[in-house]
Amino acid sequence: MTPPAAANGASRPGGGDVLLEVRHLVQEFVLRDYGGAKGGVLQAVSDVSFGLCAGETLGIVGETGSGKSTLARSVIQAPPPKAGAVIFEGKDLVGLSSRAMKPVRRHLQIVFQDPFTSLDPKWAVSRIVAEPLVAYAIGSRRERRDRVNALLDLVGLDPARYGRRHPRELSGGQAQRVAIARALVLEPKLILCDEPVSSLDVLVQAQVLNLFEKLRSDLKLSYLFIAHDLALVKQVSDRVAVMYLGKLCEIGPVRDIYRQPLHPYTLALLASIPSPTPGKRVTRGVISGELPSPLNPPSGCRFRTRCPRAQDRCAAEAPELRAVGGQGHLVACHFPLTGGSSTPAESTAVRR
Amino acid sequence: MTRPLGQRVRRVAATTAGAWSAARDEPAPSGPEPGAAPLLDVAGLRVRFRSHGRAVHAVQGISFTVEPGQTVAIIGESGSGKTVSAYAVMGLLPRTAHVFGSIRFKGVELVGRSERDLQQHRGRNAAMVFQDPERSLNPTMRIGSQITEAVRRHLPLDRKEAQERAVELLGMVRIPTPERRFYEYPHQLSGGMRQRVVIAIALACKPALLIADEATTALDVTTQAQIMDLLLDLQQELGTALLMISHDLALAASYAEEVIVMYAGRVVERAAARDLFGSVRMPYTRALLNAIPRTELEPHVLLPVVGGLPPDLSAVGPGCPFAPRCPDAQQDCQRLTPPLEEHEIGHWWACWHPCEGGPGEGGPGGAKEAAQ
Repeated sequence: MTPPAAANGASRPGGGDVLLEVRHLVQEFVLRDYGGAKGGVLQAVSDVSFGLCAGETLGIVGETGSGKSTLARSVIQAPPPKAGAVIFEGKDLVGLSSRAMKPVRRHLQIVFQDPFTSLDPKWAVSRIVAEPLVAYAIGSRRERRDRVNALLDLVGLDPARYGRRHPRELSGGQAQRVAIARALVLEPKLILCDEPVSSLDVLVQAQVLNLFEKLRSDLKLSYLFIAHDLALVKQVSDRVAVMYLGKLCEIGPVRDIYRQPLHPYTLALLASIPSPTPGKRVTRGVISGELPSPLNPPSGCRFRTRCPRAQDRCAAEAPELRAVGGQGHLVACHFPLTGGSSTPAESTAVRR
Repeated sequence: MTRPLGQRVRRVAATTAGAWSAARDEPAPSGPEPGAAPLLDVAGLRVRFRSHGRAVHAVQGISFTVEPGQTVAIIGESGSGKTVSAYAVMGLLPRTAHVFGSIRFKGVELVGRSERDLQQHRGRNAAMVFQDPERSLNPTMRIGSQITEAVRRHLPLDRKEAQERAVELLGMVRIPTPERRFYEYPHQLSGGMRQRVVIAIALACKPALLIADEATTALDVTTQAQIMDLLLDLQQELGTALLMISHDLALAASYAEEVIVMYAGRVVERAAARDLFGSVRMPYTRALLNAIPRTELEPHVLLPVVGGLPPDLSAVGPGCPFAPRCPDAQQDCQRLTPPLEEHEIGHWWACWHPCEGGPGEGGPGGAKEAAQ
């Protein structure tokens, strides 16, 4: 695996085959009180930067409300972000007109969490998969049909058997395969996957994960893979980014993050995963407390209210992403778990 | 109401009604008595629904017991019958369901009870926490009133006492500043907090059995760990038995004492968690275990999967229900349904050709452990 040229993503343009670069992305939503009065500004994503090379998969992990889905939607400009740049194949997408976005969207597809709400319930499967081809006026009717059949075959659905079915006649796994086929039909370069297997049963989830892997190696795809499950993200990713309350906490190569997590939040997430290994129990009380309100995020480091290592400095100044440990491994923490200026706190600090 | 003769649930003689009123006045027994009858004894439970003129056999003869204070997990995919079994134990199945077999709670038969009796059973004997806290709470009622309502429904307390009890319950589920939270609405709480409120309501009458139906599935991993810790703490404090219904084998491995694996309406394997995950015998359980992504695995490793889908429960033929998907299936699997038998002490499985007793044999995790 080539080391990511734009590891910090912020200022390394032209590093070879960088496909997507997100720079200082900010997305805000204005909340309205009764009568339309401005009720507050929710900063869902604040100052996030990262890069993604062609053929690479970047996993994005975070809890509900961490801004990971908003980030994906900001990348496809639905809606466009408030500030920052989204550079896809050397072109900044922010501020493009919808007409100018159309040719870009062809190479930038998305698969959502719930296939049943992202597929038109009244359309047959073959029509759903053909819709992007129709929208881009590609091919004749016959060519489109052949392409749809080939795609359904590729995702493991027999076109003769499933082509004329409607979404309600499919199981969750089959419907998600249809959604994947629809995303693939235009031969995109990058697919954003927003929790694509979270609603599936374990066995089906494994099948669909394997399908993502197979498509990645066969079609040389890149994924931005969003999930809340760190174990699942490890399965598909080359690099992983951890988000907390709209900010990036840690980003780095998969092996480094899982072997040596630097941010206390990453460690807490890892410790929360129940393991099927007998006798290996979850560490009790990995982190206490709740996600603070994004309307009024804590000063300084946003994780400090739940962090066992928090000190005065964490409240005073927000930590910047900086390189600690291995290559391309960045962390936004004043007191990372190893290396750098660490506190005398023990490495097992993340406990009650 | 149409009630097909002979298909309707077995009615139990009215003499047991006395047992109910007696049970009502006694406080729930706190600890397990040695040699006492199990708290919950499900024997040969079958549940059938009628759908589009076809009979759907959702549960096909399952038996299990829950001892007082025990943690039991029922694991299975969607449609395996785990939730229907839990609903049967709660007496929450719709009238259209045909229930056969026996469900005994503290020795009292539940199958065939009237709705009035079942209302006494729910809340007092057994309470349930559902998957989606958003939908189990009334969005237009303050959470305090919702807890008070549950308390007064079952306990002879006046309004003031019930409110005090509600605040006490909110504190018990570790909600900070319960006096303030009492006056809040569900939308003002996070998902984890809402699930705590639902647990408070479920525990309002100190039930002997708490059923958690995918109670942490909708929550984040960190919140899931918090809620599971809370459930286990409360179980210790109150001596409540916990029946976890989940699709997540890893969660069961981490928290349950006894694990029951269901497939297509049947129990296919059952053992103490330690024994089960140390030596999986049923190929279905092994497939489930191997399909879980783990942090121990290397990235881009393909997970061992089985193809196919669970069988249609309206057309149940002979043979093992897992045979069409089973990598180890042989001729006899198609013809004869393997019975669930206790092949080793405390370890039951229903399979003609069980796996070797290695931990998740064939799986990467298992191989790693075998090497140690």
